Order: sequence, then structure tokens, then C-alpha cells
Amino acid sequence: MAQMNLLQAINNALDIAMAENDSALCFGEDVGHFGGVFRATSGLQEKYGKARCFNTPLVEQGIIGFANGLAAQGSTPIAEIQFADYIFPAFDQIVNEAAKFRYRSGNEFDVGKLTIRSPYGGGIAGGLYHSQSPEAYFAHTPGLKIVVPRNPYQAKGLLLASIRDDNPVIFFEPKRLYRASTGEVPEEDYQLPLGKAEVVKQGSDITLLAWGAQMEIIEKAAEMADNDGISCEIIDLRSILPWDVETIAASVMKTGRLVISQEAPLTAGFASEIAATIQSECFLHLESPIARVCGMDTPYPLALEKEYVSDHLKTYEAIKNSLNY
Amino acid sequence: MRCYNNVLNLWAKTQTIIISKDRINNSIWYQCLASKVILYLIQDGYSFPLARKADNKENAMNSEVYKESPVVHQPAFIDGHSVEIPILKILQQDGSVYQGAELPKIDQALATRIYKALAFHRVLDERMVGAQRQGRISFYMAALGEEAASVGGAAGLEDQDMIMAQYREQGALMYRGFSLEDFMNQMFSNEKDLGKGRQMPIHYGSNALNYMTISSPLGTQIPQAAGYAYGQKLQGKDAVTMCYFGEGAASEGDFHAGLNMAAVHQAPVIFFCRNNGYAISTPADEQFVGNGIASRGVGYGIKTIRIDGNDILAVLKATQLAREYALKENKPVIIEAMSYRLGAHSTSDDPSGYRTREEEAKWQAHDPILRMKNWMLANEWWDEAQETALFESLREDVLAAVKVAEKIDKPPVEDLVTDVYDQVPEHLNKQLNELKQHIKKYPESYPFTAGRIK
Ligand SMILES: Cc1ncc(C[n+]2csc(CCOP(=O)(O)OP(=O)(O)O)c2C)c(N)n1
Ligand SMILES: [Mg+2]
Repeated sequence: MAQMNLLQAINNALDIAMAENDSALCFGEDVGHFGGVFRATSGLQEKYGKARCFNTPLVEQGIIGFANGLAAQGSTPIAEIQFADYIFPAFDQIVNEAAKFRYRSGNEFDVGKLTIRSPYGGGIAGGLYHSQSPEAYFAHTPGLKIVVPRNPYQAKGLLLASIRDDNPVIFFEPKRLYRASTGEVPEEDYQLPLGKAEVVKQGSDITLLAWGAQMEIIEKAAEMADNDGISCEIIDLRSILPWDVETIAASVMKTGRLVISQEAPLTAGFASEIAATIQSECFLHLESPIARVCGMDTPYPLALEKEYVSDHLKTYEAIKNSLNY
Repeated sequence: MRCYNNVLNLWAKTQTIIISKDRINNSIWYQCLASKVILYLIQDGYSFPLARKADNKENAMNSEVYKESPVVHQPAFIDGHSVEIPILKILQQDGSVYQGAELPKIDQALATRIYKALAFHRVLDERMVGAQRQGRISFYMAALGEEAASVGGAAGLEDQDMIMAQYREQGALMYRGFSLEDFMNQMFSNEKDLGKGRQMPIHYGSNALNYMTISSPLGTQIPQAAGYAYGQKLQGKDAVTMCYFGEGAASEGDFHAGLNMAAVHQAPVIFFCRNNGYAISTPADEQFVGNGIASRGVGYGIKTIRIDGNDILAVLKATQLAREYALKENKPVIIEAMSYRLGAHSTSDDPSGYRTREEEAKWQAHDPILRMKNWMLANEWWDEAQETALFESLREDVLAAVKVAEKIDKPPVEDLVTDVYDQVPEHLNKQLNELKQHIKKYPESYPFTAGRIK
């Protein structure tokens, strides 16, 4: 085991993927020599050469279009979009192309080897365009897988699984935790399953569900609730698409209550999808309405970021409301 | 296909075809027809030609541009670099003008206004990079070494011209007269910021000064500028749109879309590319293989000029000419200004990871502000005493303004929900009220707003 931060864990996963597979390529804006603006691809060009780890021109639709071509051809592209806020010029290549490549051809062709990595989320004084959590836009697209890790150990295991999975995967990295989150990470190869949530802490009174950087928030809220004698079961969803209904439903059957916390705005966020499904799966077990603690239905602000975000205090209030319903 | 043949038969007989709008909605149909027949669209009881009239001399698709070319019978590729692009230089580093150089329209008053904007730019950048290091602001982007492009560009325009910039063109705003206080309020995201504290530092904007608010997603302003200029043209305004962008952003799809839209629809827009050699860590030679950005203008059929971006007189001259042309001909122009980003990309960047000190030193010798100063001194429009006094007072002013701006309150909590729409909708009012109740419960956790909630 080694002590790694989230960036080092990602870098380590990319290194393993490139070492084992000559057709694995890492590319994106500033990804080459510089190693990416966050340094996630640091050292990879030196190790694997300019042909396999390189800077691209500044064009996201080009990056993902190029990656789709490579994946269709049988290579293993791992494309970086510098910020999730800048993934939208590539929306067409992702939503209309990557996601539908296999289906539209009757499985004659696919881009299953494609992985898209992109830092997402707020809490870094980034304002409108360096803070967004766009997972829900993509969750509305059959054919994609969406994965969000919460810490270095999860990041390495989930990224390796994403790269090796035979479907296009968008891997959203919580950039607020890039350096802030550190932990023990095995140096050797391992994978964590896609499509599986993880019960991080057992509890009996209420289920708290989140993903990515929001996990820290619900853990903090759970501690506050614990002081009030409320026992929280904490679950990391890990995969947004496809998502693990079974684990969440089993937990809610046990606790009878669910609070979902997400960074993105409330309306049509992924929390809404979870709430709808869980209420139909667990209707007779629910003791109170499923609560969603989310960003407000506005663009991500700057000066009033603290006020806007779904923080631990708002989550704690939601927990108490659920218990006092 | 049967329909198509019918149409052709009809054409042979009458030389005229009238078809209805729903037929045209089928685009393959439309394409077949457009090249063969006159197309009239009946709409609201009156008809107008949809495609250019096709007769023996001219197809609906205008191929005349190709007919000028020589015909060859052995395959011959033209080289990707076959377009030779001259570079306009007027002013030398020592302040003398190149022999035979044609000067822009400039007098002492204009020159002094330009120089003062350049000096303000240099001082503000220097101080705000420092303020970021001290943790007083979160982020900054300097334009060290390429200030002439933005200041000179704005100086070649009229006040009513719209400027749509990328982010490193604060010089244009300085020239237009955005006040030091306005700069500060934006950077400190306080309640006096015109943008209501919503965007990261340097994302300025001012309706009064015709300077469109900066958007971080790159290249998006390029097709918008084409549309803005087209609107100016249709309304008969004596105004053009100036669109700034970096050579990196010129790789975005929006760049290509914007140029083509402007060319096809004849929009009076000046596309001003700041080619400063880098897009963050990516050098221009990893950004494109063609002959800079200027060569692309040729591809879209747009008049193009390349200039020395560190030469204030060349920038001014090119912009003055471009404005004149755009307005008179109702057509776009491209200016590619060659320069070098001497500073870091932003305060979050450290260029020592991707380029050498020697390379930077080479460009330090081309300082555009010193070059203009030398010219001003040679003209006896400026002297060293004025120079010292100007820089000293600018430094004092900036420092004092920082101290004021950082003490001004953050925007009120109500500003979270305004401007999402023209009016605050019910669901946002509800979210705001819930937030206020929450803040009242935990006032110490929301120090910017807690004390001001009624
Ligand atoms: C669509 C989009 N992709 C990526 C970025 C991140 N980014 C910000 S500035 C920049 C480099 C821009 O370089 P250039 O256009 O040459 O302008 P310069 O910084 O040199 O002035 C990049 C990649 C962005 N802001 N928007
Ligand atoms: Mg550049």
C-alpha cells in the first residue's frame, strides 16, 4: 500500500492501463508534456512517448470525435476534457455518437473501449464555468456508463474498471478532492465493480445517499446526526449509470427513510431519478418523503457559493426533518 | 425520384417551377432542385426566390470562383502552406518608424490616451498578480507583453462598436474607460460588481461601454460576433463588432462556424486573433500545422491581414482599415496579431513546467509598451518625468482601490436567484426563502449574508 492523493491514484491507474495495453492512449488539452492542468497525466508522455500521450488542439468535439474513431478502430482511447464545464462542445459526439454507436449498427461496430475523464464539481471558487456537475445530462442517454469516485482508492479501482469495460464510460473526477483527499492505495492492479453502490457505513434510522465529493458532506452530516442519537446508513452510489437500485432499495427497506444529496441543481438532477425509483420500489416501507438536498436551480455562483451549495448543514436539517415527519 | 423527374419535365416545358414550402422541407429534394431549377417558395401568399436564379451562365451553386483556376491534366497538389502571408510592421523597438511605413491616423492626444491605457494595463496586471499571491483575490490573468493588441484594437474602433472579447483583453476595456473601481469590484466579487459577483475575476462586461461580458467557454463569442454584426448591419448602424480570441480558441468548432457564417452572411465583424504562441501549456506548433490563423481567413473567403501584435501602430493601422472596410463593404475581416504571452497563463499556472527562460527572454526584448514609449519620446510627445509620475500615481491608485474594494460587502443573498430569468419564478422564490430560514438558523456558517437577512 502507498499513500496517494486522488490525482496520484488516477495517474497510477492510467500508468497501469497504458503499460498493459499498447493501444491505450491518453490525450486532451495540455495532457502531454505538461501532464494536464491538474497533472493527472503527469509523466505518462515521458514513459510511453508522444504518440500515446499527447496534447490535442483546443477542441472538445474534436477530442471526443477522434476518440470515437480510435475506439471504433479497436484502440483504447482515454480522453480528458479539461473541465466538465467544457464537455458541451462534445455533447453531440458523446450523446449521438458514442452512446449509440453499437445500437445503431446492430453491434457491427462499437466504441466500448472509450473512456472520457473529466474533473467536475464546485467548492473551488470557480464560479459558473469551473464548478458544474453535469452528470444528469448524460444520465438521460442510454448507452453511456457514468462513474464518480469519492476517494483515491475508489478512483483507481473504478478508473481501471472503466477503461476495461466494453462500453463508453464517462468518469467524472471530483476536482475539489484532487489533492485534498488522500489515502492508502494498493500499488498493484485492482478493479472495483461498475454499477454497484457501496454501503460505507451501516445504520438503522435513515439512509444517506450521495456520490463523489458529496460523500464527505453526508458523512459530516451523519456525524452531527449521530450526536443526536440518529443512526445513519451511508451509501456511495459510485455509478450513476447504470445505477444500483437493489442496494439502495434494500437499505431503504431497512431504514424507511432516504436523503439524497447532490451538488447539481435540484430540478431534473439524478437525485430525482433515484427518488422516483425508490418510492416505487419501497413505497410501503417509507416513513417519510424521500428528501433531495441539492444545489439551487440557478447557475453555480461565485461570491455566494457557500449559500448556494448543498452543504452538511442543509443535509443535517433534511435528516432531522425526515425523522420528525 | 418520380417527383423529381416530374419537376424536370415541367422545367423543360415552362422554365419555371413553383413548389410549396412543405416540399422544400425535404432537404435532399431541395438540394436536387436547387442546382437545376428556379425555386420559388410560396409563403403567406407571396413568392420570392429562394435560390439564386439558375441560367446557362450560372448554376445555383456558384462555381465561378473555381473557373478562374488553370486547368491541368496531370495531378498536382497545392501545398498546405502555399499561401504566403506578409506581416505588417510599422514601429521598431527603438521607437523609429520603418522606412516607407504608412502610419495610422494618430495625433498626440490619441497617442497619449493609448499610452496611458497601456501603462494602466501594465500596473494593474502587476499589482493584481501580487494581490492574488497575497490571497486577496482568488484568480487573475495578466496580458504581459501583449497589451498592444487589446489597447490598440480598441483605439482603432469607435465607441459604438461592440467588443466581444475572450478574457485577456482588459486593455480594450481600459481604453474605453472602465473605471479602476469597476475593475476592482469585479475582481473582488463585491456587491458593486456589475456582474453581481457571479463570475471569476477578470470576467468583465459593460453594457454602457459596449463590451460584452466575458464567458469562460472558449470560442463561443466568435459566431455570436457574426450574428451581432449582422444585426448592426440590418439596422443600418454605424457600428461594427470586434471579436477577440486566442490562437488556441481558434481550434474550437465555434471559430469555424463563426467565420463561415460571417462570410456567407456578410457581417461587418473584425475577427482579431491574438496569436501569443501558447494555449496554457500547448505551444502553437502543437495547436495547428497551417500557416497561423490568417491562412484560414483565405479558406473562408475573408480579407485577412497579419500584423506584429507588439507594434501599437501596426495594430492601430490594421484595425482602422478593417473597420473602414467592414463598414463600407459589409464584410468580415481577420486580423492575426503575432505576439507572445510573457506571463503565466493565469495565476494558477507555472510556465516553467513547459518552456524555457531563454525563450521568454527573447520576447522580453519586444516589449510593446516600451516600444511605444520610445516612439512617444522620439516625437517629443512624452518625457521621462511624465513617465515616472504616471507610473507612480497609477501604482498608488491601484493599491488604494484594492483597499476600498476588498471592504465592500458581498452581494446580498437575493442576488442568487435574480437574472436566471427576467423575473424570479415561483420555485426560485421558494428556494430563496428556504435558504434564508436556513441561514438564520446557522448564521455563523454564512458570514457574508447572515447579518443582512431580514
Ligand atoms: C471550451 C473550453 N475548453 C477549454 C477551456 C480551458 N482553457 C481556458 S484558457 C485555455 C487556453 C486558451 O488559449 P488561447 O486561446 O491561445 O488564449 P490565451 O490564453 O493564449 O490568451 C484553455 C484550454 C475553456 N475555457 N473553454
Ligand atoms: Mg494563445
